[in-house]
Amino acid sequence: MVRVVLSSPLRTLAGIEGEVEVEVADHPTVTTVLDALESRYPMLRGTIRDHGTDRRRDFIRFFACGRDLSHDPPDERLPDPVSSGADALLVVGAIAGG
Amino acid sequence: MFQCNRLREVKVARVRVLVGTKKGAFIITSDGARRDWKIEGPHFGGWEVIHIKGSPADPDRLYASQWTDWHGQVMQRSDDGGKSWEAVGNEFTYEGVTGTHQWYDGTPHPWEFKRVWHIRPSYDDPDTLYAGVEDAALFRSSDGGQGWTELSGLRTHSTGQDWMPGAGGMCLHTILIDPANAQRMYVAISAAGAFRSDDAGESWHVATNGLSSTSLPEPEAPIGHCVHKLAMHPSRPDTVFMQKHWDICRTDDAGESWREVSGNVPSDFGFPIAVHAHEPETIYVVPILSDAEHYPPDGKLRVYRSRSGGDEWESLTTGLPQQNCYVNVLRDALAVDSLDSCGIYFGTTGGQVYASADAGDTWEAIAEHLPRVSSVEVQTLP
Repeated sequence: MVRVVLSSPLRTLAGIEGEVEVEVADHPTVTTVLDALESRYPMLRGTIRDHGTDRRRDFIRFFACGRDLSHDPPDERLPDPVSSGADALLVVGAIAGG
Repeated sequence: MFQCNRLREVKVARVRVLVGTKKGAFIITSDGARRDWKIEGPHFGGWEVIHIKGSPADPDRLYASQWTDWHGQVMQRSDDGGKSWEAVGNEFTYEGVTGTHQWYDGTPHPWEFKRVWHIRPSYDDPDTLYAGVEDAALFRSSDGGQGWTELSGLRTHSTGQDWMPGAGGMCLHTILIDPANAQRMYVAISAAGAFRSDDAGESWHVATNGLSSTSLPEPEAPIGHCVHKLAMHPSRPDTVFMQKHWDICRTDDAGESWREVSGNVPSDFGFPIAVHAHEPETIYVVPILSDAEHYPPDGKLRVYRSRSGGDEWESLTTGLPQQNCYVNVLRDALAVDSLDSCGIYFGTTGGQVYASADAGDTWEAIAEHLPRVSSVEVQTLP
């Protein structure tokens, strides 16, 4: 079970209060966590990563364990505290004004 | 002995004003008297709602284009007049080879989907609708917005490689459909121009003959006119009115030729244009000073009305601020209802929504202090 904390606009869009837990097979990655998240909340498709390419949208960041994982390969294994549920994966809107 | 008490059902028309803003959507309602207004919202708070529009075939079916820089495009659908919403399809993929258009510096730039500027539901099917997008293209859905297919004949028009974005992006912002003949459509693109289709959007031809834009090296060139908005009365599909970057124009032959009808307006720069619901020759614009000065001349917010289809205009000011007013009215933020006394509505970049229940003679603010208003649409309900 992986814990995910979404930004406020995404929580509003998906009708979520608080954090979300998604089931992911062993060795979760950003890709597998987002796949599971989008499967459960299809309205999030295209809002975190682009349709077709699955590329992270420019103003989205992924944080966990005090680190910015945004530029890591999306298929790289997430840190153990995220895999174990001790820490959450944060999907954050970058500070970009507005 | 029976005493029969008959309850007489009196149907009173209602008005529902759909307001898209920089930070959410608002729905403003009133009965047919249009004196007391109720504001509901924000829906989708924090998201820009670029356009929100009801289906003529089912007034409780609404569609909204929701967007942010962070999360891109979301499309929303309501089946209960905006009480509840469901996110529908947001995948807009250009058909075939994407190709290039001109970038601001004149270099080729690949078509890239950014957002949906305009929604046009069909007249007879609530599940069929069109979306005008940036970078300019036309999409169609026939399943209530779940799936979208590009009508690629527009983007792949032989002139497409020469289209260039306006300051706000290369947006397809106007879609008009002849209610008596769905084969006939018009679209407008900033800053490519106006186009007409006679086969339901499969193929298109340029409809800019007669336009002149001094911002172009060749002012009468077929492509490059920054058309800001088109408006058409449903009973006269061959007559279309245009607010261009500069100039107010009309065509009476379905876009084969245009003529300027700016007449005596204090500035012929503006964004929206609308036609009275019952008088096809009565039209409305909201002049602003210039392309750099996006506010009304002299700090006076004035709607201009022509009862002669242009050329001769009168200013409408009663109830509108006549000093120190420096707001703009964006291209989709002017609309009319279809009650007997036609109502006119517009929203401003300062967050006001003004309404007139007497065709523009007098105005009142029905909302103030909203976020910047992107669009205003009106539904007249039984």
